[in-house]
Amino acid sequence: MKQASLLTAAAAIALLLYGCGSTPQADTEKPAADNSMAATTPATPTPAAAAAADAKGKGKFTSVALTDPLDQKMIASGKSTYEVKCAACHKLTGDKLVGPGWKGVTERRKPEWIMNFITNTDEMIDKDPAAQAMLEECMVRMPNQHLTDDEARHVLEYMRSNDGKK
Amino acid sequence: MKRLSLMLGLAVATTAAMQSCKMKTAATAVQGDAASKTYVAPGKYDEIYNFVSGGFNGQVSVYGLPSGRLLKVIPVFAVNPENGYGYSEETKAMLNTTNGLIPWDDQHHLDLSQTNGEQDGRWLFANANNTPRVARIDLTTFKTMEILQIPNSAGNHSSPFITENTEYVVAGTRFSVPLGSEDVPISSFKDNFHSTASFISVDKNSGKMDLAFQIVLPGMNLDLSHAGKGPSHDWFFFSSYNTEQAYTLLEVNASQKDKDYIVAVNWKKAEEYAKAGKGKKVPATYAHNTYDEHKQTATSEIKNEVLLLDPKDCPDMVYMIPCPKSPHGCDIDPSGEYIVGSGKLAALIPVFSFSKMTKAIAGKQFEGDFKGIPIIKYEAALHGEVQKPGLGPLHTEFDGKGNAYTSMFLSSEVVKWSLKDLQVLDRVPTYYSVGHLMIPGGDTRKPGGKYLVAYNKITKDRFLPTGPELAQSAQLYDISGDKMQLILDFPTFGEPHYAQACQASLIKDKQVKYYDINKNGHDYVTMGEKKANVVRKGNRVDIYMTAIRSHLVPDNIEGVFVGDEVYFHVTNLEQDWDIPHGFAIKNNPNAELLIMPGETVTLKFSPDKQGIYPFYCTDFCSALHQEMSGYLRVSPKGANVPLKFGTGETVTSVAAK
Ligand SMILES: [Cu+2]
Repeated sequence: MKQASLLTAAAAIALLLYGCGSTPQADTEKPAADNSMAATTPATPTPAAAAAADAKGKGKFTSVALTDPLDQKMIASGKSTYEVKCAACHKLTGDKLVGPGWKGVTERRKPEWIMNFITNTDEMIDKDPAAQAMLEECMVRMPNQHLTDDEARHVLEYMRSNDGKK
Repeated sequence: MKRLSLMLGLAVATTAAMQSCKMKTAATAVQGDAASKTYVAPGKYDEIYNFVSGGFNGQVSVYGLPSGRLLKVIPVFAVNPENGYGYSEETKAMLNTTNGLIPWDDQHHLDLSQTNGEQDGRWLFANANNTPRVARIDLTTFKTMEILQIPNSAGNHSSPFITENTEYVVAGTRFSVPLGSEDVPISSFKDNFHSTASFISVDKNSGKMDLAFQIVLPGMNLDLSHAGKGPSHDWFFFSSYNTEQAYTLLEVNASQKDKDYIVAVNWKKAEEYAKAGKGKKVPATYAHNTYDEHKQTATSEIKNEVLLLDPKDCPDMVYMIPCPKSPHGCDIDPSGEYIVGSGKLAALIPVFSFSKMTKAIAGKQFEGDFKGIPIIKYEAALHGEVQKPGLGPLHTEFDGKGNAYTSMFLSSEVVKWSLKDLQVLDRVPTYYSVGHLMIPGGDTRKPGGKYLVAYNKITKDRFLPTGPELAQSAQLYDISGDKMQLILDFPTFGEPHYAQACQASLIKDKQVKYYDINKNGHDYVTMGEKKANVVRKGNRVDIYMTAIRSHLVPDNIEGVFVGDEVYFHVTNLEQDWDIPHGFAIKNNPNAELLIMPGETVTLKFSPDKQGIYPFYCTDFCSALHQEMSGYLRVSPKGANVPLKFGTGETVTSVAAK
């Protein structure tokens, strides 16, 4: 009895400590993490939660309207953005350079996930399980290249065209 | 018995005397809660940006207050190998003068731009003392944007003080020199040597400087300066010494007279005279260097003419006010009414009244002239004298609550006194030999009355010793109460000569975080890796290179020969805050580059020996930073090696001849 209550007390203290110790900083105050020297420890989410969360990623894009057929103007603009800001790390084939090759990316990821990853890079790398898995593979955090929403959308169109969408 | 009592009496008297003039020790000067007043927790920001001159270091350093943490060193008048300032092809022109690139200067005073007598957080002006120059630093990027050389001047000490709408920046001569480049005997000082007060106009929108006119004054030493404000808005005041016009052993010969002068200049009148053609355009060469943000490149223009105004031709433009004795500081209170002259060899502080001065001018209360310039009667312009303030009064700042604070160089203390009745209110020790003082906004119409910083010349025993050469120091005082309280001292970079400070909120949110790569207008930009290239023209080789975490393109270059001039134009493709890349190549007798996100910077390399020269990114930018490197092969002149470059398997190609 006595021992049990002690245990309970210990558990309560542990909880308290945990509660205090892990009080997260307000997200807005926290500087966008790091230059990848210090690997952020990913909080391992439950598989179910991960599956639900990762489909669209984290960010402001919750639904992206796709064009049919593809918008040629967007593709041209996306291509020029790719050449200045993305080509340093991403090939158009499936081969990894610094980051993964783009072939098939629009099959693997939802358009929202891609848009969120491009525009909300740091939070995605810190929180999204799929993005974290990629970081472990590539060992370089994707630089936030500060694409505008339009530029990101155009790059997505270029990716779709690269994947043979019509 | 008699003898003993005499001795005892003497001892007591001596002890009493020693007590009364003995300084408080550091232990008694600092109270227990000092640390909590200066502690800024990790992750929290300081309240105030403090811009401190680097003195003989030629740069400006930026500290946070109240923590005293060093935030940045801005290279201005000295080359800086840390980021390639003055070494890169883009910035060499910033340090150009009519005597070629001068890689060093002595940076003495700073002034933050103002609108209506209040700080506006746009620009910071800095002077170079030795080879007279004035610089403008942009406070969105903390970069030196412009440097203007000043002709007909030497020892640019009373500079760069500004008018209250930043209409003008001044540059006053400390060492008189002949105008132009005449060869004259030094002993003809009185006839041939002059001091000049240069007025540099500042464009309201761009900040661009232009040497508007110079006022030619008798040969003497102009020391410090400040613009009037409010009612005295139209005036500028300079302190002077060596009105004896000595030219040798000044420490004796320039201290003969009881009084030197405060030179009062009506710059509005001067401006009118300049516009009315009363000046004389004379040949004078000086460099005007500007950094073009779009092209990310500085250019240097040599100008050939300057407009001189002679007080003889411009009545009511300049007056002299007698001021005891070898005055240093010349400081105007927030109301614009009081002009405080600090005679560094005087045992008092004279305070002049602007309204009395104008009345004296109107009533022609003069006591003669100095080389044709009317001298106002001392008593006619005097508001009063602060008696026995301390030894060696140098420089005064104001708290906006009717109090003045004067640094005492000889007695190493700060003395607080009242402008109204000129009574000493408080004194605190400094450690040691304080020069300038600074209260944030303390020379504007709206001082912040919370902190005062003393910038000291001597630091012995303050910090861990580092051989004969010690860091100099700044000391922070809480002046919010009746009594000043020392709360922190911290070592400084270079000689902390004068300083300016403002609320962080005025500047913090305007910071540029990265340069938009799409707006990069550099002549040698590489817009994406696809455009990376190597181009040979004669023995000049231009390498268009990109940097991004974690590789350089190209990273293999061959077909370069001994005697070539190789230019690495490195474009940082990153578009993220705080991700510069570095660039350095083995055995280059130059410096490294530090290239900000979205920027292009050029390093010149002229290999004089064959070999393999590794190059690499010097900034630890990512987990694969160590891998961010490449090789340049330099072959003997005339060798049969084709020009070839590439990175990985993607871009290897033979360059077009
Ligand atoms: Cu790097």
